[in-house]
Amino acid sequence: MSAPDREISAPDREIINSEKGASPRINQSLKKFYFPFVVILGAIVLSLMIHGSGFELALDFPVDVSNEMEGALDDSVDWIVITFGDFFDAISDSIKVVLGKLRDLLIWIPWPIMMSLVFIIGWKVASLKIAIMSVVGMTILALVNLWEPTMVTVAIMIVAVFLSIVIGVPVGVLAARSDSVDTGIRPVLDTMQTMPSFVYLVPGIMLFGLGNVAAIFATVLYALPPCIRLTNLGIRQVDPSVVEAGTSFGSSNMQLLFKIQIPMAIPTIMAGINQTVMMALAMSTIAAMVGAGGLGIEVLRAMGQLREGEAIIAGCAIVILAIIIDRISQGYIENRTQ
Amino acid sequence: MTVEPEQISHQIVVDRLWKVFGNNPSSALEAENAGKSRAEIQSEFDQVVALRDVSFHVEKGETFVVMGLSGSGKSTLVRCLSRLIETTSGHIYVDLEDVTSLDDKSLREFRRSKVSMVFQNFGLLPHRNVMDNACYGLEIKGLSRTERYERAQRMLDLVGLNGWETSKVSQLSGGMQQRVGLARALAVEPEILLLDEPFSGLDPLIRRQMRSELAVLQKEIQKTMVFITHDLDEAVTVGDRIAIMRDGEIIQMGTPEEIILNPVDDFVAEFTEDVSKDRVLNASSISVTPDLIWSYSHDLNSLKNKMDEVKAGHIAFVNESGASLGVLTGSDVEHIASMEELDRMLGESTDTMMYSSNVKPAISKLANSSTPIPVVDSDNNLLGVITQASILNALSE
Ligand SMILES: Nc1ncnc2c1ncn2[C@@H]1O[C@H](COP(=O)(O)OP(=O)(O)OP(=O)(O)O)[C@@H](O)[C@H]1O
Ligand SMILES: [Mg+2]
Repeated sequence: MSAPDREISAPDREIINSEKGASPRINQSLKKFYFPFVVILGAIVLSLMIHGSGFELALDFPVDVSNEMEGALDDSVDWIVITFGDFFDAISDSIKVVLGKLRDLLIWIPWPIMMSLVFIIGWKVASLKIAIMSVVGMTILALVNLWEPTMVTVAIMIVAVFLSIVIGVPVGVLAARSDSVDTGIRPVLDTMQTMPSFVYLVPGIMLFGLGNVAAIFATVLYALPPCIRLTNLGIRQVDPSVVEAGTSFGSSNMQLLFKIQIPMAIPTIMAGINQTVMMALAMSTIAAMVGAGGLGIEVLRAMGQLREGEAIIAGCAIVILAIIIDRISQGYIENRTQ
Repeated sequence: MTVEPEQISHQIVVDRLWKVFGNNPSSALEAENAGKSRAEIQSEFDQVVALRDVSFHVEKGETFVVMGLSGSGKSTLVRCLSRLIETTSGHIYVDLEDVTSLDDKSLREFRRSKVSMVFQNFGLLPHRNVMDNACYGLEIKGLSRTERYERAQRMLDLVGLNGWETSKVSQLSGGMQQRVGLARALAVEPEILLLDEPFSGLDPLIRRQMRSELAVLQKEIQKTMVFITHDLDEAVTVGDRIAIMRDGEIIQMGTPEEIILNPVDDFVAEFTEDVSKDRVLNASSISVTPDLIWSYSHDLNSLKNKMDEVKAGHIAFVNESGASLGVLTGSDVEHIASMEELDRMLGESTDTMMYSSNVKPAISKLANSSTPIPVVDSDNNLLGVITQASILNALSE
């Protein structure tokens, strides 16, 4: 505020203002009202003029660097594949082994045993209603002869979700404890979540070859962000007064983390894992394009042969599986938060 | 019994403590030295001076109450004591150790063994049951499970939560939750207990109950306590000494009686206005010299003569060594004919009060009888009497 201004009191200024222009306040609101119209009208008129005159420079952007950038990215992916080939092969091999064993195990378990297990888990973790509903869902899956592909999908999902948690929870914890980590990973997470999921498939194939591992790689990339975000959020949301109380008893940082922050963030972390599971399931059809087995490949094959009935049934099987997993994990979260 | 100065063990000494919230405390301190007010510093530098030049000490076993309006810096002060908030300048000594210069490891050790804190909003762990909450401090210290449970169980019994060990804390009432908070703090057997408005979140009835329970508990455990409150009634019930804060400064410090009877300024006076004076007045502070002190061995006639001579409204009887035998009104004595009758009357009137006891019971007694109450020391020696007039005088001051 300038010095002379200060000497005039507010009501005085108002009087001076209203004496100057004829009602400046109405003038103001008229300006506000007209502004968008002027801009839109101007834009239309100018566009028409440019098209009419055929002014090249304004119609096509004069510079194009897409070829150079694409080339550079191609080269760097190639470089990574060549340089770290052995490393990725090792990862790929171990994931293949684990996934294969898990898939065989799930298929090996006879259907009555599997249904009983799901029933017991659903009952203990969620509720009797959800347990019964899960068994009904699984019966439908068995009835349409999709039991084996379902087990394959479940195996892929378990591995993908396990990897997402192993990576996502610690990263989320780091982000919660350090603001710079948080701001650093935020744009990365945004990219991961908005990037069309097919885009992950190609680097997956290049790094791990066609098959389940590339599918798991793409699935983990796609399903990781909610796990990181919600772990971060859950820990940041922990009541600071409880953390303060913990500190006042001489807790070390690790004690605070494992005795207070993580236990109190569990419901939110679980919600993140639930989302991760759902996203992984959504990814399973797309992942079938790079050779992942399971329900996704059933959908793709049926569509390719224009057998829409089979495609719809396989699609519905994915939905049923999603509902079963979602309800059981939601029930678990609800029981925990009560 | 008086304590020699060199015997006084100051458990906590706070020496010229300053706390400035903000990113540039030194600018605030400079402005402070230049004589700027707290509000000016806040608006010009965006720094909040929460504690300014606070000094006090707390003795072992003493309950030190800090009072003040909202925003006066009470919570900041108590958090500085265990360095939940870093101080800007000044020192805090606990058992001669400078808390402000402890490294991380010694600070954790200090918090694990010396102090524990009770919070206004309890600060309990919602994912643990009552027992595991009470155990928290012991768990952090690294005690074995059985030892933890045993010690925590004792504290839960002490605060009256026997039978609730496996309940979820969210299922308990506010009062019971704070008992868990108290048990958790006591379980680590700290030397110092810091309580930041522990009962403010409770409704008035429970608050009063918890307050008197704490006073009883304190007699048993004899901890050094720093107790924050904005309730003068509470301060008077639990406090040995009270400090009153305003805008980050201690403006008066003293026993409850001193503060209520001699407020340093209008602010303190206004603050203490609401508390009924009978809460802090003790028997000796309102006793007066009896109209007539009479040695029992003398005979009845000379008593009556002396009584008429000095126009005594009441007579305090003592034996040869000065011990009180009772007080009778003048008109009682007028009607007494024999020494036997005097004995009987004195026998009926032997209620005495200790000099240090609260005056409340005296008020109700004197409301029903005009016979003054003798005030005695611990050897039953007569110090004075409380009369209806002396009570009224004290209360109306
Ligand atoms: N973390 C902080 N950052 C900035 N200012 C703070 C912070 N904590 C407290 N303050 C300020 O310090 C001053 C003292 O706050 P404090 O919480 O100690 O008051 P209080 O006496 O405990 O009040 P109440 O009775 O409301 O609990 C207040 O002006 C407050 O706004
Ligand atoms: Mg406070």
